[in-house]
Amino acid sequence: MRFSAWQVLKEGLTGNKGWKPHWRSPEPQSEYDIIIIGGGGHGLSTAYHLAAKYTDKRIAVLEKGYIGGGNVGRNTTIVRANYFLKGNSEFYSHSLKLWERMEKDLNYNAMHSQRGILNLFHSDGQRDAAARRGNMMVNQGDDAILLDREGVRDILPYLDYDNIRFPVYGALYHKRGGTARHDAVAWGYARGADQRGVDIIQNCEVTGIDIENGVVKGVQTSKGPIKAKKVGMVVAGRSSQVAAMAGMQVPIESTVLQAFVTEGLKPVLDNVVTFGMGHFYISQSDKGGLVFGGDIDMYASYAQRGNLPTTEHVIDAAMTLMPMIGKAKLLRSWGGIMDMSPDGSPVIDKTHVEGLYLNCGWNYGGFKAVPASGDCFAHLIAKDEPHPVAEKFRLDRFRTGHGIMDEEGTGSQHNTH
Amino acid sequence: MRIKCPLCGERDRREFYYKGAAIDLARPAPDAGDVAWDDYIHNRENPAGRTKDLWQHEMGCSAWLVVERNTVTHEIYGVELAENVKRGMK
Repeated sequence: MRFSAWQVLKEGLTGNKGWKPHWRSPEPQSEYDIIIIGGGGHGLSTAYHLAAKYTDKRIAVLEKGYIGGGNVGRNTTIVRANYFLKGNSEFYSHSLKLWERMEKDLNYNAMHSQRGILNLFHSDGQRDAAARRGNMMVNQGDDAILLDREGVRDILPYLDYDNIRFPVYGALYHKRGGTARHDAVAWGYARGADQRGVDIIQNCEVTGIDIENGVVKGVQTSKGPIKAKKVGMVVAGRSSQVAAMAGMQVPIESTVLQAFVTEGLKPVLDNVVTFGMGHFYISQSDKGGLVFGGDIDMYASYAQRGNLPTTEHVIDAAMTLMPMIGKAKLLRSWGGIMDMSPDGSPVIDKTHVEGLYLNCGWNYGGFKAVPASGDCFAHLIAKDEPHPVAEKFRLDRFRTGHGIMDEEGTGSQHNTH
Repeated sequence: MRIKCPLCGERDRREFYYKGAAIDLARPAPDAGDVAWDDYIHNRENPAGRTKDLWQHEMGCSAWLVVERNTVTHEIYGVELAENVKRGMK
């Protein structure tokens, strides 16, 4: 079924009884050409791009839980292309372009909203850094505007501009950045993949990867063994456990990243605002809740909930920047498990096993990467060579030291990002 | 989360700085080669469950500690002075 205004009108007049499930729930076949382990945003996007663009082979996505139940439904939905380093910048630029046509490609309303992102700065040094980043973004072909203090005040009149420690000097304004409805992104890719023949198998946990003489042969699952010629691991949050099934130790440490949402309010915040010095960022969802977050909890954890010291820190930062937020009631908070890599950048690469591919290490930036990560991983799996915009996401950059992408400039080792 | 420093007693997590997996205590020889150094600096077991990691009681006695804990439940099984652990490794 295609979604259209006509369809919505017709269903509205007939009691909404004609809507069908957006994807099938098939039992797994005994063999596929390609198996994608992980039905998160990246896994579904990979399956969609494989089926839509690269190959007509038999494809399955195996998901331990349910579609939309992992990090793709546990993030703060920010979409942007404001990276600085070669390697990252062309990849996220590609991703933003895919975001801009995703809803048409998928015939699905992902509520992608290019409401603009303002990265605040608070000193002359930070202004220089913002100008330099903005120039890199413009050189990449994306957009950036350097705003002075009064320019920011026109857009965000409610900030505390004269905070004694972090007075607002200006902001880097990225107009094409914004937000999207995270669940709809998962559902849209799932539906798009399903329509192109991909079997999406939920509640199917992979328990082993079958390898013979260095070649992948299939996987063991909670629904029995399934043979496959190629297998892609796309399980950020559980990368270490799945990679261990193939005898690999990956350069990942898992940590919790928390997010928070207030009760629904009338429209008050039109953009996405980031306050880097306070480790705080915020936007308002279409339902009205203020959605905000901070830095990771800063120690290895798989608990999908937060720790109070970080909560306190985030709320402190919120009150520092935006005192009016103190009037809002906090509705809920949640935590997602992040694949933290040593340099803060991801991996999309082959492994030492023939036919086995790895996509991991998305740190706290996985959501905006969903379209391009899927496109590039699909390209790698189908053609056995990296997509041009993802060729720097190599696993061996840590061993060789070549091509490290340390966006924050804090050093390429764990606990620095 | 609260951590019991062997020297100071039980304290709030905020007094402690987290370094990472306790692999930091097993530094390879300078000429051990790039694979050994890659494993030491980057690659991690990163278990979902019982693990040992290195913390410093930064806002207390500044001792380095090996904390054995559960990464899923945040339960803490034991804390030892890193100095003693290191001595036991020789």
